[in-house]
Amino acid sequence: MRKARLATVWLDGCSGCHMSLLDLDEVILEVAKRVEVVYGPLVDAQEFPKSVDVTLVEGAVSSQDDLDLIHTIRKRSKIVVALGDCAVSGNVPAMRNPHPARKLLERIYIEGAEGNRCVPTDGVPALLRQAVPVQEVVKVDLHVPGCPPPPRAIGYVLMELIEGRIPDLGTKVKFG
Amino acid sequence: MPENLSIRIDGEYVPAEAGQTILEVARAAGKYIPTLCWLENITPVGACRLCIVEVAGVGRLLPACTTPVQDGMSVTTNSEKLLRYRRIAIEFLLAERNHQCAVCVSNNHCELQAMAQKLGVTHSRYAYGYPRLPVDLSHERYVLDHNRCILCTRCVRVCAEVEGAHVWDVASRGTRSMIVCDMNHPWGEAQTCTNCGKCVQVCPTGAMAEKGYAVEEMSKRGANVTRLVRLGGRL
Repeated sequence: MRKARLATVWLDGCSGCHMSLLDLDEVILEVAKRVEVVYGPLVDAQEFPKSVDVTLVEGAVSSQDDLDLIHTIRKRSKIVVALGDCAVSGNVPAMRNPHPARKLLERIYIEGAEGNRCVPTDGVPALLRQAVPVQEVVKVDLHVPGCPPPPRAIGYVLMELIEGRIPDLGTKVKFG
Repeated sequence: MPENLSIRIDGEYVPAEAGQTILEVARAAGKYIPTLCWLENITPVGACRLCIVEVAGVGRLLPACTTPVQDGMSVTTNSEKLLRYRRIAIEFLLAERNHQCAVCVSNNHCELQAMAQKLGVTHSRYAYGYPRLPVDLSHERYVLDHNRCILCTRCVRVCAEVEGAHVWDVASRGTRSMIVCDMNHPWGEAQTCTNCGKCVQVCPTGAMAEKGYAVEEMSKRGANVTRLVRLGGRL
């Protein structure tokens, strides 16, 4: 049987959803037999590969890099899953949204800094005006809320998707 | 003697008296209708729209908590259509303000969060507003965080009807509506507040909390407040 091509991405989030993914216990052995992880913080690939079956997206879309990547992900993935509250609703990264990004950066890097008072631009992507949920930028096929989503919900989602079904999460997940 | 009415709920004949609401009759008959703003023994207002039901022959959905029963009424409390609209109501509440459950004092004790889960709401189909809203920390013992407020007005009603102080009210209109204290004063400067904390205990979300609690620590005792009314009668 062909292994499903799985990508995971870490946008504006804390990596907690990835920790929850790694916390699948013995289910991870089942998942590992059925998928090939082709991209993400857990593997070495530099470029987002072509033709991915399932991409788990952790984090809000917050910077220009996030925005470029999420469009690439949508083009190259059959199924895009918003994994966790940041990807689903913006959550903590979106707490900056009521404030202008420029003011926020100045508050931290100029007013709040001891020396070298300047907003960093070199090697860091520009912040978008707001950190937004994935579905406000591209079509999302499945939302898995939770901060983080419990491992058993992630395991269930992965096994269902591998079997070619869209999982019915019902009351298995909650926000927060 | 109150007049006995002939009412059907989900096809079953149930006992009902004139003056009762659909919600009261349904609850007494063991039928579940979801609610968020409703509080036992407190005047219902139909703010949250979760208790909407279908009434045969009526072209629109009606809130069960404020609609009085009428003779011959046939009510449907659960259907695909109702679930769809109840989910929409939750999604509007989530999108309207800033509900970061993960960092909220009421995480895992929140009625909005629990209702979203119960109704299978996994996301909001509507764009989040991310409004800039104040947090009132002026009171010695309590916090009012407008980011978490769903304008259910439980605090307003409990303060007016149980405590008899009427500290709280709603100012402005539509999405600009805000819970205000006295004549829009900081809570800590309220002339009328008795510091009883009933508003805090009945608040369904983390909008009102006791100070000194961290994330997930604020569980509430709203039933104690509504029991006061049952024991002592309305003021």
